[in-house]
Amino acid sequence: MTTLTDDTLPASPRAMRDEMIVFVVMALLLASVPFTGVYPFFVMQALCFALLACAFNLLVGYGGLLSFGHAMFLGTAGYCSAHALKVWGLPPELGILVGVAAAFGLSVITGYISIRRQGIYFSMITLALSQLLYFIYLQAPFTHGEDGIQGIPQGHMFGVLDLSNATVLYYVVLAGFLAGFLLIFRIINSPFGEVLKSIRENEQRAISLGYRTDQYKFLAFILSGTLAGFAGSLKVFVAQNASLTDVHWSMSGEVVLMTLVGGLGTIFGPVVGAFVIIAMQQYLAGFGQWVTVIQGAIFVICVLTFRRGVIGEIAHYFRRSL
Amino acid sequence: MQALYAQLLVGLINGSFYALLSLGLAVIFGMLNIINFAHGALYMMGAFVAYFLLNLGGINYWWALLLAPIIVGIFGMILERTMLQWLTGLDHLYGLLLTFGIALIVQGVFQNYFGSSGLPYAIPDQLKGGMNLGFMFLPVYRGWVVVFSLVVCLATWFLIEKTQLGAYLRAATENPTLVRAFGINVPRMITLTYGLGVGLAALAGVLSAPINQVRPLMGADLIIVVFAVVVIGGMGSIMGSIITGFALGVIEGLTKYFYPEASNTVVFVLMVLVLLVKPTGLTGRAA
Repeated sequence: MTTLTDDTLPASPRAMRDEMIVFVVMALLLASVPFTGVYPFFVMQALCFALLACAFNLLVGYGGLLSFGHAMFLGTAGYCSAHALKVWGLPPELGILVGVAAAFGLSVITGYISIRRQGIYFSMITLALSQLLYFIYLQAPFTHGEDGIQGIPQGHMFGVLDLSNATVLYYVVLAGFLAGFLLIFRIINSPFGEVLKSIRENEQRAISLGYRTDQYKFLAFILSGTLAGFAGSLKVFVAQNASLTDVHWSMSGEVVLMTLVGGLGTIFGPVVGAFVIIAMQQYLAGFGQWVTVIQGAIFVICVLTFRRGVIGEIAHYFRRSL
Repeated sequence: MQALYAQLLVGLINGSFYALLSLGLAVIFGMLNIINFAHGALYMMGAFVAYFLLNLGGINYWWALLLAPIIVGIFGMILERTMLQWLTGLDHLYGLLLTFGIALIVQGVFQNYFGSSGLPYAIPDQLKGGMNLGFMFLPVYRGWVVVFSLVVCLATWFLIEKTQLGAYLRAATENPTLVRAFGINVPRMITLTYGLGVGLAALAGVLSAPINQVRPLMGADLIIVVFAVVVIGGMGSIMGSIITGFALGVIEGLTKYFYPEASNTVVFVLMVLVLLVKPTGLTGRAA
């Protein structure tokens, strides 16, 4: 298996320091958004997708497993959270918990099935499983089919934070994103993450060293799916709806695109990629299906000439790990 | 019983498309080591080329059956020469991503000009009407699709398994460097193989045009089902792909009759069951 990037060497103290500096800068920039006049809804949406892309990247960038069905976690968590908030009337924190728990359960089941095959088959299996779920959600009564679940109450988180206030909601989403991001950062730099990278580089050798690679991949899949579900639950509060678009294969494709643009196997790449793609969709919204054509063209250009992605290229140029 | 036979026939027709498409995917994967995500989009192009030929050039169905696969095949070979060939030696996933991008571009362009609704394509005069078989009424065109697909599948199997050219092809799949050392132009064979696989997809598109109408997204959902078919059957054997394709079509047809709610999920459910019981697929080698 060839290397995705050559910039993910074991974390040296210097690399860790660089990454922490960039993280703090990123957090400060994002925290200052409400004071800059930038449309907060756009940034919140981008943050949810950034977290989703980071979770996806944990699996593909560090485990070498290209999932083409990550929308199923986003959508499942979204539907379950939305249902819990609207029909059961649960408070926001429990609504998120329901969604994340559903994504966890789903990732255990789908991971158990899809980890059985390697490489290209893994991608096809995850895509087929997400399509299976798409059809189930299309027919299940609680998702309301084509209409989706709409008008979801945002409520008061922990009884005090009024999420219908845009600024409060923004900081809650930001806190969720940063927590998820730090968790992924921690996983990547843990001994578990190092083993995962070694499996990506050379699975046979990792097996011969005594690692049960299937278990590592399974755990990476569950972590990735659950975190993707967390992104889906947060997105419910931003969009105030849960619909079939979130489970569709084109959504899985968008997540792949975000990560590819930002840089597969880089820590900050998926965040940059998510902002780029969401901004592009925002500005090109009036051009109809040409957005799809442009997305396709970006895929082609990235794969042919720009495989490291934005952050990967920067990291490569400065010989840093980002 | 009439309804059961009718659904069985629909199943056989879908099965022919699964077989033609998964056959092409398997042949392409063997030579290029790429899963061709653009396969559904090229299937759609086959149907559109037939539509253009008829409505712009006045060229009938029978010529379209020959010309559309050639035209789309040439388009595929251009894609292979200009893009896919640069992926040699890279991770599998880049081939999937590149062809996914190509699929988005092709489908997006067609959606821009033709929206999402279907364009009608008339059944050729010679195949109109139906036959009474005693136990059911068989529309001639539908019977033709099944028989013709079967013939094309078997011809492809014969080409690859029984001819000299097929022997080169199989050898180049196993060890391209060695085959090149014997003086055979392997890159050209790779291009032709991609053209062949894509041509099969386009042929399926032409066949489906009178049944399913011509729509920009007609291949988008189909390709995902075909992926599941490929996972079930494995890509190691040509005959395996053909049999799995037809068998799954029939099972889908039976499901439509006995439990319609599950008809569009049954192939995926079967895939899950096969993965749980026999993770390597029914005919495939371990991947």
